[in-house]
Amino acid sequence: MTVSDRRVARKGRARQRDQERAPIDPSALIVTRRLSKRYDTIVAVDHLDIEVRAGEIFGLLGQNGAGKTTTILMLLGLTEPSSGGARVAGFDPARNPIEVKRRVGYLPDAVGFYDGMTGRQNLRYTAKLNGLSGAAAEAKISEAIEHVGMSDRADSKVETYSRGMKQRLGIADALVKDPEILILDEPTTAIDPIGVIEILDMLRALVRERGLAVLLSSHLLAQVQSVCDRVGIFAAGKLIGVGTVAELADQFGEESARIEVGFEGLEPGAYAETSKTLGSIPGVSSVLPPSSPSEPFVVFTQPRDATAKAREELIRTSLAKGLRLSSIREVAPSLDDIYRRALQATGLAGQRGAAA
Amino acid sequence: MTAESTAMAPVARPVVNRPKLRPGWITIAGKEFADHLLSVRLYVILLVLGVAAVVPLFFAANYLHSAAAVVNELAAAGQLRAVFLALFTIQPQGIDLGPISFTVQAFVAMAAPLLGIAFAFDSVNGERHEGTLPRLVSQPIHRDDVINGKFAGGLAAIALALTIVVLVISGYGMVSLGIMPSLDEIVRLVLWLAVTILYVALWLAFGMLLSVVVRRAATSALIGFGAWLFVAMPFIGPLLLGLVGQYLAGGASTQAEALGTLQWLQRLLPGTVYSEASAALLNPSATSVSYSDIYSSQAAQQISSVLPFDKSLEIVIPQIVLLFALTVACFVVAYIRFMRQEVRA
Repeated sequence: MTVSDRRVARKGRARQRDQERAPIDPSALIVTRRLSKRYDTIVAVDHLDIEVRAGEIFGLLGQNGAGKTTTILMLLGLTEPSSGGARVAGFDPARNPIEVKRRVGYLPDAVGFYDGMTGRQNLRYTAKLNGLSGAAAEAKISEAIEHVGMSDRADSKVETYSRGMKQRLGIADALVKDPEILILDEPTTAIDPIGVIEILDMLRALVRERGLAVLLSSHLLAQVQSVCDRVGIFAAGKLIGVGTVAELADQFGEESARIEVGFEGLEPGAYAETSKTLGSIPGVSSVLPPSSPSEPFVVFTQPRDATAKAREELIRTSLAKGLRLSSIREVAPSLDDIYRRALQATGLAGQRGAAA
Repeated sequence: MTAESTAMAPVARPVVNRPKLRPGWITIAGKEFADHLLSVRLYVILLVLGVAAVVPLFFAANYLHSAAAVVNELAAAGQLRAVFLALFTIQPQGIDLGPISFTVQAFVAMAAPLLGIAFAFDSVNGERHEGTLPRLVSQPIHRDDVINGKFAGGLAAIALALTIVVLVISGYGMVSLGIMPSLDEIVRLVLWLAVTILYVALWLAFGMLLSVVVRRAATSALIGFGAWLFVAMPFIGPLLLGLVGQYLAGGASTQAEALGTLQWLQRLLPGTVYSEASAALLNPSATSVSYSDIYSSQAAQQISSVLPFDKSLEIVIPQIVLLFALTVACFVVAYIRFMRQEVRA
């Protein structure tokens, strides 16, 4: 053992002590403490601390190369962390990957199946690898297939499946082992919008019915925004924000909020005057007139908490001015905006890690 | 780091009865074996091997027929030569093929490596390409179960295919020519089959190594077939080495020494090593595998002796050990490389 080895070992022990002392939520099924992964010179994951509880969908959001897949592989014990550690379903994936893997259903990025086999045969293989066989396995397989709505196609060869069907089969594959945790890597990438909605609805139902803990990673923020209970914003291997979308909006969102207002039978010629009228309402900072008659006015209010009052005021003013109000809607802050702002706030914009 | 912090102890969860896992490599081997048996590849190669076996037999059949009568007399006189094994070693009569050997034995030596390559060249990179590898290794198995299982499954399929080929030829011999093997011949045949399976296992391990190291299945197939052409085709690798050998042997003082140099070079090819083992096992009158020994014994006098199988086996132990070592070496390199590779594509 060289001196530097010893130093590393000492550091390792110190890190482990820190890790053990850190408070954790007892209902958390996934816990990471200072989880880090370095490749030669690149830091793919940098001191990551997250917790995912049973009955919760946690979104790990970040650009390609932010370290999402590396994190997932460490959680499954498929890659050794350089430092720090994790607990998945109560087990350390670096030490006991088998116990972790039999409790975690994993949908990899761009999941693949054996093309020459049917969907059901593919799942049967997975069941066998999980120690399931015979009638018990068949029941689990049929249940999983039904759950993802693929009963009619389960006995066709996988080579005839569309990308979206493979994705759904991937979720069924992850469910066969009756997992406590689902880890989904980019579950909505390369799927048509309807397919995305179907998959996200399915996840919601699964969490509700089975009380699973779900960790999903995505770079398509707008898509997963609706389904995640909490999200972690991930950039260059670091978690730069974590919480519900609303919490993150408070933390990183714009200072102004947006309200969309539509009027019936308003001539484009009257846009300028209407904008002026709306702009004079207290709390409204600026007004964006529509570019076509089908679009609403966008009213920015500042500060954010003045929105409710401004909304009332908008309705009153419209009535007073004889404008026929057809719609009024507060626009929730988009995760895309939050993400962009979070990156700017932490000075990580434009930076990318090397590993996806 | 607060006082009320809890240790990272396992979280209490409702107990789910998890089924007992069986070793992952067995499940994987079972799947691979089934895949191989249902694959088009197997039938193409069985066809090649079948043609390889039947064509020489067909041409040799007439000769064997007439020989059978003679042999039975010899057997009665206690001078039995291995007639049954001649099914595998006899040259067809009346066809001049020049230096190319046209025996079942030679054909198997040439075509069998294909079996190994065909079952292994895409075993790992194919899974990578299809995107099934991450899904596979995220099941409750160890990572080496993947490569161990694939090797075991491939080996089982190879053993089955080669056994079938040998049984078909033997059956043909027994039924249509009326030749029955002696016990010594059966043992020799089983030994020869085992050595042949070992030789194909070497190619299987080599193919697997390629599939781990090379990213694209098409590339690893091409490299595999290139290696096969060089090693197993008598007019490429051996011919080239023969030329080099003749050049090197130019300075040799005796014919025996020159032959020694040539053989040393030829033995760089695993095909040569296998052929030596194969020849000694199938031919009871082969008393040595060394060219120079054979040369000097021919020069001295033509001793026609017949060895019992255990003596023949003794002669080729070094060849068997060498083939085994090469197989293990290929597999170990493939294993280590695979264990160190990243899971992601």
